Parts: sequence; C-alpha cells; structure tokens
Amino acid sequence: MREEWNGFKGKLWQEEINVRDFIQNNYTPYDGDDSFLAGPTQNTLDLWAKVSELKKEEIAAGGVLDMDTKVISTITSHAPGYIDQDKEQVVGLQTDKPLKRSLQPYGGIRMAMKACSDNGYAVDPEVIEYFTEHRKTHNAGVFDVYTPEIRACRSNHIITGLPDAYGRGRIIGDYRRVALYGVDRLIADKQEQKASLPVTMSADTIRDAEEIAEQIRALEMLKKMAASYGYDISAPAKTFKEAVQATYFAYLAAVKEQNGAAMSLGRTSTFLDIYATRDLAAGIVTESEVQEIVDHFIMKLRMVCFARTPEYNALFAGDPTWVTESIGGVGVDGRHMVTKSSFRFLNTLNNIGAAPEPNLTILWSVKLPENFKKFCAKISIEHHAVQYENDDLMRPIHGDDYGIACCVSSMKIGKEMQFFGARANLAKCLLYAINGGVDEMSGKQVGPKFQPITSEYLDYNEVMAKYKDMMKWLAGVYVNALNIIHYMHDKYSYERLQMALHDKEVRRWFATGIAGFSVVADSLSAIKYAKVKVLRNEQGIATDFEIEGDFPKYGNDDDRVDDIAKEILKLFIGYLRQQHTYRGGIATTSILTITSNVTYGKNTGSTPDGRKCGEAFAPGANPMHGRDANGAVASLASVAKIPFMDSQDGISNTFTIVPAALGKNEEEREQNLIALLDGYAAKGGFHLNVNVFDRELLLDAQAHPEKYPQLTIRVSGYAVNFIKLTKAQQDEVISRTFHGAI
Amino acid sequence: MALSEVTGRVHSVESFGTVDGPGVRFVVFFEGCPMRCLYCHNPDTWAASAGTEYTAGELLRRMLRNRTFYSSGGITATGGEPMQQMDFLLALFTLAKEEGIHTCLDTSGVFFRRDSAMLEKIDRLLAVTDLVMLDIKHMDDEVHKKLTGHTNRNILDFATYLHEKKVPTRIRHVIVPGYTDTEDEWQALGRFLQGFENLERVETLPYHSLGKAKYENLGIPYPMGDAPQLTEKDAAHARSVIKEAMLQPVH
Repeated sequence: MREEWNGFKGKLWQEEINVRDFIQNNYTPYDGDDSFLAGPTQNTLDLWAKVSELKKEEIAAGGVLDMDTKVISTITSHAPGYIDQDKEQVVGLQTDKPLKRSLQPYGGIRMAMKACSDNGYAVDPEVIEYFTEHRKTHNAGVFDVYTPEIRACRSNHIITGLPDAYGRGRIIGDYRRVALYGVDRLIADKQEQKASLPVTMSADTIRDAEEIAEQIRALEMLKKMAASYGYDISAPAKTFKEAVQATYFAYLAAVKEQNGAAMSLGRTSTFLDIYATRDLAAGIVTESEVQEIVDHFIMKLRMVCFARTPEYNALFAGDPTWVTESIGGVGVDGRHMVTKSSFRFLNTLNNIGAAPEPNLTILWSVKLPENFKKFCAKISIEHHAVQYENDDLMRPIHGDDYGIACCVSSMKIGKEMQFFGARANLAKCLLYAINGGVDEMSGKQVGPKFQPITSEYLDYNEVMAKYKDMMKWLAGVYVNALNIIHYMHDKYSYERLQMALHDKEVRRWFATGIAGFSVVADSLSAIKYAKVKVLRNEQGIATDFEIEGDFPKYGNDDDRVDDIAKEILKLFIGYLRQQHTYRGGIATTSILTITSNVTYGKNTGSTPDGRKCGEAFAPGANPMHGRDANGAVASLASVAKIPFMDSQDGISNTFTIVPAALGKNEEEREQNLIALLDGYAAKGGFHLNVNVFDRELLLDAQAHPEKYPQLTIRVSGYAVNFIKLTKAQQDEVISRTFHGAI
Repeated sequence: MALSEVTGRVHSVESFGTVDGPGVRFVVFFEGCPMRCLYCHNPDTWAASAGTEYTAGELLRRMLRNRTFYSSGGITATGGEPMQQMDFLLALFTLAKEEGIHTCLDTSGVFFRRDSAMLEKIDRLLAVTDLVMLDIKHMDDEVHKKLTGHTNRNILDFATYLHEKKVPTRIRHVIVPGYTDTEDEWQALGRFLQGFENLERVETLPYHSLGKAKYENLGIPYPMGDAPQLTEKDAAHARSVIKEAMLQPVH
C-alpha cells in the first residue's frame, strides 16, 4: 500500500479507480449532535470580511469587479491569485485576482463579447478576430446547423434557455479522484483506456481517442496549475488539508475552462471526512483547524464567477453558478452516510453567514439520523439556504455515490453525465394546439399548420387530441435542437478536465425540461370541469379566455386535476423517448423552471386557467400562486404524486412558510419541519426548497437592500441573494404562496 | 346511519396545522358559532349554513391519504364552534380514534351543560378526544358577556368538568387590549386554574387584527376598531402572571 493511504481499509479501490469503494470501506457514520462544531477562526473572519468587501464593491460597480479581455482562460492561463495568502488554508482562484471574471470564448465569442461590453469592457480585437475568422466556437457550429423551425421555436419562446451560446454545464467531474489517487495515477489510467480502444478507426473510435488525448492533456495542465501554487498533486493527498486542496484544484481547473450554466461540485463531504477523521485521530489537527479548512474551501466556492450578460442574470436571478454539493443520504448497505463533515459543511452557514453558493443540497431520507435531521431543520429555519432531495427515490437508480448537478439532476459521480438543455413551454404549446400552431404573441406560424379550434367553448376531448399532436411535434423539434447543441459542444468546447475525471464508459442522460406545468394542469382542469369560453382577436387567435364555474386546481390533493397533470407528463416524456438522441443519451425530463418562470410567463399569452397574458408561471412543479387553498400538506401531496420515473431529471418544489405557522417555538418548528420533510419523502416527493420567513422581511429587504447583504432565499433548485434579484423577480417571490394561516 | 355517513358543514381545512395542538395536524374549521367575540378572527365561520358539506368519512379520508405527514400530530377540530355540530364531531373523532389518530378539540365550551342528555354526548366525545384546548375568554361574567355575548359560567364549569374527568387540557386565553390585558384578570384566571392536574399548558395568544379584512368582506363593522395588535412578548408576560397565580397557595 502507498504510504499516503496508511490506515485506510479496502482493496478494490486501490486496484482500480473507485472512489465509492474507498468511501464505503472507510467512512465513519456520525449519529451525534452539533455540539462538537467549532466556530470561525480569526483568519476565517478576516478573509470573509475581505471577500464581503469585494462583493460589496462588485455590486457597487454594477455587478462586475474586473474582467479579462485578452487572456483566454485555460487551466494554466493565469498566475496564482490570492485573497490574503498568509491567511488562506485553501488556495486557488479562477484568475490572478479575486472576483475577476475570466474570458471563455469557446462556447461562443459573441456571448463573451457581449458579457464584456455590457459591463463596460471590450474584448481584445485580436481575440475577436481569432474566434471569428480562424477558430470556430460551439455557438457558431450550432447556428450553422439550426433549422428555420428550431430558430422559430427559439425566437417565439416555446423552447427557451437552449445552451447554444455558452457552456452547457451540468457535468460533474469526480474531483475527489485527484485527492485519492494523485494525477499521475489518473493519467496512467487514461493511457490504458486509450490503448484499449478498438483497433478499427471508426468515427466513434477516433472521437474517443481524441477525447482521451485531450483529457490527458488537461490532467497534465492541472498538475502544472497546482505546482504554480506550490502544490505537487501528482501523488495522493497525505492529509485532510491536502485532500481538500487537491479536490478544490481539480474543481478549479474545471471552472477555469468551462463557464457552464451549472458547475456542480459533487459529493465531497463524506469523502473528505475520512481524511479529517484520520488526521484528528493522529492528533495532527484540531476540530477548529478542520473547520477552518472547510470554511476556506466553501469561501472559495462562493467566489466562483463567470462573465455573464445582464440578460442571463435577469433570467436566472443574480449570478448563479450552481456549485451544488450533495450532503448526507443513505448507503445501499443501509448505513446512513452522514459524517461529522456533513455537519461541518452546513456549519459554514453559521460561521460565515448565509450565501446562495455553494448550493448545499441535503440528500434526505427518512432513515437519516435524528440529530442530523434536527441540525438541517435548524439551519433551514435560520438561513433558508439549503435544499432537500429525496435520497430514497434516487438511491435505487444511482446507488449511493451520486450527486446533484445544478438544481435537481442526479447522476453517479464520475460514471454518468448529462446532456442538458432548455425547457419546453408546455403552456404555450397548449395555446398552439388551440391556435393551430400560430404563436399567440407574435402571430407567426411557428408550429405545424394544424386545424385550429374554432368553437366558442373549449371541448376537453378536442383540446386534448390537438394538444397531443402539438406536444409530439414540439418534442421532436426540441430533441433535434439539443442533438445539435451537444454534438457541437463536444466538438468545439469539450469538457476535457471534467471528462478526465470520469470513467471511460459513461452513461449519458439526455435531460430535457418542462415549463408551465401547473398552468397546463389547471387549464385542462378548467376546460374539463368548468366552461371555458375563447376570446379571439381579429386574426382569429385565442388571446383570452373566460371561465364560467369553478374547477379543481392543482395543489389541493385533488385527483381530478392531479391526474391530468400526471397524464400530461407521461405523454410528453413518452414523445421525448421516441426521438433519436445524440450519443445514445437516455431521455429524461425535469419540472424545473429556475427563476425563469417569470420570463416564460412574460412571453406566454393568457391561458385557459385564468392566468393573464404575461403573468408569471409558478416555479418548477409548484402549484400556481394562491391556488393551493388547503395548506402545505395538500399542496405537497399534489406535487408528490408526480412519478419520479416520468420526470427523472427532477421535480422542483419551493415551499415558503412564515415562522409563526411552522410552530410556536424553536423546538416545535424544528420538529414540524422534520415531520414535513419525512412526510414528503415518504409520499415520494422529490425536491423541496425550504424558506422560513415573513413576507415583511422581504419587503424590508426590497426597500433597504443595504441592510441585507447576505439575505439568501431558495427560489427553485437553487438559492439566490435576494437583493440581486430584479424588481420583477423580487415582486414575484413576494407574491408566492406563503403558508401561514391565521 | 353509519358514522362515516354523518354529514357536517366545514368552512375549510388546513392540512399543515402546527399551532392548534401538538405536532403537524389536519385542522378542520367547523362552520357555525353562537358566540360573537369582539376580536373573533374567523367571522366567516359564524353562520351554520355556510361552508361545504362533508361526510365524516370523506373528511377523514382526506387526512389519512397523507398520513405520513401526521405521525407526530393528528387531527384538530376548531372553527367556528365544533360542538355546535356535535354528532358530526363525534363521528369524526370516533372514526379517527379507530384509525389511531390523535384527536384534539379546540372549543369555547359554550355548549357545556350538566344535563343528562348533554353529558351523555360529552362523555362519549371525551372518550375519543385526546386533548381539549379550552378557550377561556374572560374570568368576569359581566365582561365576558360584553366580550362574547354569552355567560362564562358553563364554560368555567366545563373546565372543572375536564378536571374532574382528568381529560388532558390546554387552556387558551387571548390577550385583548381593553379586556384581558390586566394583571388582575390574569391572576383571577390563574387562581381559578389552581390544582387542575389535567392541564398540559396554558397558552396565551396576543390579539391581532388580521381578521379585519374578513369583516370588510362580510360587510360587518370591525368591533375592535383600531385597537393595537399585541406581541408574543405581551402574551408571554401574561402567561407568566397566570402561571404564578396558579402556584400561589389557596386562601
């Protein structure tokens, strides 16, 4: 055994790259409470004060502190950067200066230029010329191939958020491998993989060989980058501190080269805990020092940033990076996977305050230890910065070493990746069904020219028949667009470092998304159970609807409408699964809108549920604001009915409650939140954001942002800094259902 | 008639009730109340004929389908005054107990009488009630009448009866400006409760004006006018005075 591994148990992980086997053989489940935790050190406080000051300056400067305009970011493009070198336990920045945004044109030079110019910077003309005349980007490739139909769907917002102009993200490298094995071993493994490729040079084999060559190149660069900071990561980490540092360097290399929409971290806390436990037992660190390293690691993750355009920030609310870290869960052998470091990661919220990043995600199971549940509840109530996802649902699919990418997308670390992209606006699709493929906002023929509905009142069977045809069409266009995007991304902006930290054979999920879910469910319910009259403009387009009578609404545990919701999902995923997908991706979908539910709503005409033109959709799989009239359990019960297997890429639900409605005192509030999470998990609910605050707090923060620099709230599959939201987004959050009956 | 077929009128349900009894509860707001408390925040539950008709079985099924949420709690009947629909309440709680659900009755006690017909029903009800939350509005009968339109004698007698029958009970007392905001009144309540061994706790609730909008909707003038809202701190102070009085030696 290598001496760095002294004291570690198990064999398989030594013989092959197998981090899961290492974890299972060596981790120590922790059932105790939070009393062992250490507070912040003076160094931590000093560093955080400095970072907070920089973040304040960044906001004052209009959202960007500094930008690269000439240096194209690669793993080794920048000299080392520090916040305050003497105080940092974990080092490494994306560029040579804190919060300086790097230049990443491979996704698309136009987006890179716009991100600069909108923030008052200009990309160097030589760089522009190079990426326009000589070196094609992902974006250019995609637009070479997009069909007129795809372009029309894109510009009419029936398919939105296509990652065709910047990095696609949602790929998690197994950054832990660098700590456990050292880079040299990983390179040797990749060389073996390359040597084992088929001897016949088919197009697929050539691509595989070239990709592995790129992966090896990236690993070499990773070593060089670490060396510039004075670290040799060619060999395995010897201590907790080295393990954290190596894991972070690997992640840092990924964000230096990829500005993907979601650059998630994976599942590191229990892995790293093995090192902390070993060092603590050997007496070479104290609890306070371990916490300090964790705090500094998290602080670095909070500083990850990319050059974005104001439109991007408006769509996604602030400046999210989705550095998602998955914590907790239960192993396939039945032992829970909560360790002291699971507590330490969450404790960063106490030590350096709330923050939207990293996106701390609890893999919840009814079998988690009570003390950990209690600590999570406490943290949620205090900081509203964590989210919960149902480990009991995901474990059967992904085992016990998966992580969440972005908000809710589960994948085995280092073994699965996903081709993500965009959302199909199913509410607009319903209007297309009614209007014969004509867009209700632009008046253009976007969908196929099917016969529109011409009757005064909508007939459920007629609408459903036409809606099915229109969804089938939409699924086809949508998957085609994604096929093009992922082909071009692999070709022009390949994630070589992240993929170097994957196995050779990777399972690819082909992750689509749905917007307008609750709008569609309620619309069809209104058509079925009430009478819906169509109001048409002079062009004959249905622009508004009048509802006569009442109808069951999604979010009240009423099967009449909840069954409609389920049926729509089943139909749409069925149509998606009929499509050919690039590189054998397995089609999945998600019901997750991020904060873009505001934008989707803005671009969608009045719908038959009574929602007016331009009004926001509900976020994710949430019931429409204020329509869930029977309290939180009934609301959650409706959402929990949506089958995970039909929406395997995640079903997002955001739950907001006023503290007084959660219980009379701290103890009761914690217990009731645990009961809610356990109840939801047991019902098969997938995801829950928990916000515990009064509406008044948000109104005050809206009026006096300077008082709330760190106010963090959960919006969809992630958290945001409330004061960074646009006014419209703040208003929408404020208008959401706050559970809290008087 | 089978118990599950007994019908009643329900104003609404709150499927995630956390302040009306222990744990997470399915809270049923019954329609109809004979009291007209000046500070009532649910005037929309006064009329017995309003609301939606449910059978007891149907209502309970709505709760049981989400039973996983209620492992630490149960069902609470409130309103309105649940005891105004005694047969429906009895049916609901009997069925709930058959399912092993914790039952909690939030009542003003205004229907309590020590006549045999009423006692027979009340005894049957208490046999399927795990916890009573009795709202004592005021200790002084004259003020009580002014505040609610009813005498408090049978209500205080109900408190005594619950003590006699050893029914686990929480006393609730709303702290209302101008009515129940004096130490004398709190001490009187505390003295009255001396020696009640069935008491789980005494809850004091600060007056709030959140019901005001409902009065406007119903076209009823708001009886409390611009009386100031009280805070949890005010309520906690009242609670400590009541508790202190409960512990004073009986003279």
